[in-house]
Amino acid sequence: MSARARLWIFLVGAAGFAVLFAAACIDLPAFGTVPHPYGVRAVRAALSHHTSNVIASVNFDLRAFDTLGEETILFSAVLGTVVLLRQARDEHRKDPEPAVVHPRVRRFALLTLACALLVGLYVIAHGQISPGGGFQGGVVAATALHLLYIAADYRALERVRPLTLYEIGEAAGEAAYVITGLAAVLAGSAFLANVLPFGTLAALSSGGTVPVLNAAVGLEVTSGIVVLLARFLDQAVEIEEPGEDDGGPWDSGDSGGNGDEQRERA
Amino acid sequence: MTDALIVVALLLVAGAATAAVLNRDPVRQALVLSFLGLSLALLFTFLQAPDVALSQLAVGSAVTPLMILLTVRKVRRRPGSDDGADKPAGRGR
Repeated sequence: MSARARLWIFLVGAAGFAVLFAAACIDLPAFGTVPHPYGVRAVRAALSHHTSNVIASVNFDLRAFDTLGEETILFSAVLGTVVLLRQARDEHRKDPEPAVVHPRVRRFALLTLACALLVGLYVIAHGQISPGGGFQGGVVAATALHLLYIAADYRALERVRPLTLYEIGEAAGEAAYVITGLAAVLAGSAFLANVLPFGTLAALSSGGTVPVLNAAVGLEVTSGIVVLLARFLDQAVEIEEPGEDDGGPWDSGDSGGNGDEQRERA
Repeated sequence: MTDALIVVALLLVAGAATAAVLNRDPVRQALVLSFLGLSLALLFTFLQAPDVALSQLAVGSAVTPLMILLTVRKVRRRPGSDDGADKPAGRGR
């Protein structure tokens, strides 16, 4: 298909979308005015279970089963990545060379690492009280760990990151969620029902099973993202294909044409 | 006041998204994507959805661009690809 025909098809499609989207937006209630029936009920349910972060109450109490599905999506995605990016039989592993880092970069990265890790853990721990939770905090904490790659080099990162431990942590987080749900069944209620005492509103232990499930997701996401990035880093830094020269020249992308060429080849 | 902030954030999102599409180099696309994640996070914050904004900030502006950059690095190291073999070595780490 010629570029001209493609452009016309795009323009027709875009115009149709714009008309329908605008028509849909006109009928939307104005932002922050009309109370939505579901919103009112969700807030009431969250407060009756002493969970001050209504979003956490929806995720881990009202819709805890949906969150189990979402957690499993991430779990299987990481599992798939681990299988796909494993070291093949004809590939070999080369130890990365130590890198020289400017002291200022090192100081800044280490400072940021400490702050980001603390923020991540704080966001996980306070999921039931303030915005955030296991998923958001988990991603922040896992990403923070990788600042060590900027502060020092890949070997330093590998030293503080025993991968087996994180693989176990990911599975344990997923299992802890299911076990908490089954424990509710054993206690004589439904799967993933909130059976624990609700505690005081806005206290760290408030919300019954919400902080427990939140912590399970936090563990799963932190470990999962670390394992995921570790596989990508392994492929990018360590694993070499047969016949690959060991200089590792890497063009950091100063020529704009490369992307096009690669797309043509793909 | 909030309306103005939302409009600014929407314009930033539209600009960054268009720039990500128009850019042809994956490395630059990753950087633009990171900026797009940041502007989306701003938009969600102005729309009073801090939980979503936090997710967007962590995933959209940190993890996804990082994964793209690592993939680009792996692909460009492959033998037989035009760039890499005939370029001066020793720029990357």
